[in-house]
Amino acid sequence: MSMVREAPGRPAAEFRVTRSRRNVAWTGAVALIVVVVLAYFPYIVYSGTTTIMVQAFIVLTLACMWNLLAGYAGLVSVGQQAFVGLGAYLVLILAIGGTSPFAALPVAAIGCGVAALPMWWLVSRLRSGYFAIATWVLAATIMLIIEKFSSIGGGTGMPLPGLSGFGPVLLSAYTYWAGLTVTVLALVAVYLLLRGRLGLSLTAIRDDEVAARSAGVRVGLARLLVFVVAGAGCGAAGGLLAISQLQVQPSAVFSVQWTAEMAFATIIGGLGTIEGPILGTAVYVVLQQTLSSYNAWYLIILGLVAIIVALFARRGLWGLVDGRLHLRLFPVGYWLRTPGATGRPGAGSD
Amino acid sequence: MAWVNAVIQGVLTGGLYALFACGLSLMFGVMKVVNLAHGDLAVVAGYVAIGIITVTHIPVLWSFLIVVPVMAVLGYVLQRTFIQGALDRSVLTTLMVTFGLSVVIENGLLQFFTANSRAIGTNLALVSGSFNLGSQIQIAYLLVVIFAVAVVVLLGLQYYLSASKYGRLIRASADDREAAQLAGADYRHVFGIAAAIAFGTVALAGVAYGMYSQLAPTTGTDTILLFAFAAVVIGGLGSLWGTLVGGVVLGVAQQIGAQINISDEVLAGYLVFLAVLVLRPQGLTTRRTHS
Amino acid sequence: MRAGENGGTPLLEVRGLVVHHGQLRALDAISLRVLPGEVYAIIGANGAGKSTLLRTIAGLHRPTAGSVLFDGKDVTALRPEHRARRGIVMVPEGRRLFESLSLEENLRVGAAYGRAGPWTIEQVYQMFGWMRERRDQRTAQLSGGEQQTVAIGRALVANPRVLLLDELSLGLAPVVVQRVYGMLPDILATGLTVLLVEQDVSQALRVASHIHCLLEGQTTLEGKPADVTAERVEAAYFGLSGTASGHAAAEEGSEL
Repeated sequence: MSMVREAPGRPAAEFRVTRSRRNVAWTGAVALIVVVVLAYFPYIVYSGTTTIMVQAFIVLTLACMWNLLAGYAGLVSVGQQAFVGLGAYLVLILAIGGTSPFAALPVAAIGCGVAALPMWWLVSRLRSGYFAIATWVLAATIMLIIEKFSSIGGGTGMPLPGLSGFGPVLLSAYTYWAGLTVTVLALVAVYLLLRGRLGLSLTAIRDDEVAARSAGVRVGLARLLVFVVAGAGCGAAGGLLAISQLQVQPSAVFSVQWTAEMAFATIIGGLGTIEGPILGTAVYVVLQQTLSSYNAWYLIILGLVAIIVALFARRGLWGLVDGRLHLRLFPVGYWLRTPGATGRPGAGSD
Repeated sequence: MAWVNAVIQGVLTGGLYALFACGLSLMFGVMKVVNLAHGDLAVVAGYVAIGIITVTHIPVLWSFLIVVPVMAVLGYVLQRTFIQGALDRSVLTTLMVTFGLSVVIENGLLQFFTANSRAIGTNLALVSGSFNLGSQIQIAYLLVVIFAVAVVVLLGLQYYLSASKYGRLIRASADDREAAQLAGADYRHVFGIAAAIAFGTVALAGVAYGMYSQLAPTTGTDTILLFAFAAVVIGGLGSLWGTLVGGVVLGVAQQIGAQINISDEVLAGYLVFLAVLVLRPQGLTTRRTHS
Repeated sequence: MRAGENGGTPLLEVRGLVVHHGQLRALDAISLRVLPGEVYAIIGANGAGKSTLLRTIAGLHRPTAGSVLFDGKDVTALRPEHRARRGIVMVPEGRRLFESLSLEENLRVGAAYGRAGPWTIEQVYQMFGWMRERRDQRTAQLSGGEQQTVAIGRALVANPRVLLLDELSLGLAPVVVQRVYGMLPDILATGLTVLLVEQDVSQALRVASHIHCLLEGQTTLEGKPADVTAERVEAAYFGLSGTASGHAAAEEGSEL
């Protein structure tokens, strides 16, 4: 009762690796149109709407960064409010020194990126769960330290100087455009980063850290880079927050609520996809606007939805869309085309 | 003398912190879950105790007998449902789910009970009284009792883990879940027991804190979670007695900081935490290096 | 139950088992029958699917298709801990002792959900005297062979009906392997049935009453050791086609 079998091999040359999909050009064009339309908003809508849009821009930028951290680098940070606060205070400090807050924005972002380095050094050795709380402790510590300086408002905060020269309509328009710029830059930066080597490294790390390391991927460096970029992005959002609020209060800018909002928006929209945060922010804004008179309810509902999504629809709302339509507006993956396949490619890595 | 007072207060407060921390440490040690809602559960326990006392007018100390078991059961249920479900997905999912729970609980409390802080009031001399050591040192009875309770709980937990059947199963499942299954143990049930213990101890700590100080919706994170975590890290991951050491060090650091500048109490604690993180990341009581 | 007492009724049976690891088909419609009192050995090269088969029988893997029957009843849907409580106990690959538990605590965990029977912790100490002195020692301090023995002891105290042994020889010196396998007769004497996976073919042939060879997830050979020749085993093991006799590669290190 013996059987012997042979399995034929497959020549390697028949496999091809290609980038992304054909709809990149379409996406780019549509995105450009959307941005142009958005840029015209201050001329065509009430300032109440642009104010809401600025809030949305802040949350979208934050969500984009949190997604980069958790969805791509596997770092769940519940302390990103540290950068939101730092960004706001950097803008404040520069404004007190005479710089226009708008000009201070990019400086604040860079400053936060730099600040991320020692912070990473402090918390990076901790494993995921403890890493998360450590970032929270770090944020609380930074807030406590900043509160000691009465020259920047101490524990109660102070108004943001340098904005009184603008009329209200103009100010809201400039704030809006600043917000639009920050958000577009954030999205583009993240997209380009993930499309490049960093994206490939992160995917490898996400799939199998040990294998990635032995393949030469600099895991620590990749994560550090992500942490710095996320810090800078959140810092920019914080600076924007200061400008839109016209004041900087420590308990407001360092509130863990920012992390809650960016995390929930990302999770609901779709963790690990670039489109996810956009969708999630939309959900957030809708919920917040409809429930704004009910105080804490929107956060409760947002939180519950996020929990359910995290447990049952891991890839979020965008994951559901992507699953049905196989749509990728911001493709960052590769496709392996196997020989003998029809139009549909083989294993993907998005 | 004020410094001596500070140290004594700090040591005693450390017992409370250790009580907060042991559940967090247990859940991480056994199932690698960091429950970000850990502190909020203590606050919930406190609020439930307040509610029960207000409605039924039972003596304050009896509220422990109701709240602690109820929270333990809640812990078992939450573990078997949400947390295990999240664990099966990934570690990141558990963080997101417990964070979500934390936010939902805090905002839920905020919505239904306003942001005002509450305390569990009591007329018991044992609880609200204090005694004096010399002229400058006043020690609240309650604090001493809490410290004693913390030591007893830690001792009990240590004994339970080392000598009982389920204690062995908990340690075995923590070491190797699959091998435990092959030995006939349902690790989901075992994890549920561990979660029940964690929730029970943190409920105990929460009600005690409500008697000693005040509870507000955000106390769970501002105070309890971050302090518990700091205590665990300072003391050393993976050791129950380390948790007590960490709590004491944290408490002393805070009190000394308060002596230097009254508003620097919390900051002093965090700075010591950061120092330990930098200089001795495995904690003060652990010999091997933990990552 | 002694061998042959129940005639041909198998204690453990696998029918048409198909198991996948992600998209990889690890086992392709495997079937086997283990009679009471047998020593059933599954052999094959690395990656052949041997451990996957054993783990699926133990309940750690869900098969894509097929069924596992124990004592005539279908246990395919049963979780591993419940199979263990019924009497299917596995000694996993790599020992997998509980590192933070002492030697005795490991045995006590093994007995926690065990059935009644001749194997008690005391009985294990009688069989392996050295364990008694080191009962409170951390298992990480034991040698490879000692750990393997403790792992077997941990499984025995559950009083299994079928003992699954996964790659006992892995990482052990040949002398130690001999000693470990030397315990089998005593184990069998208490009425156990053994299903083992072994990479060392000669060792397997020495102890087995039935051989089953896997290659890339498929059965290439099955039968009693007395009925198969060295060449046929080799051919089945390596997947050589035709009558593989007199090949130079076959001579190398072959102890058959």
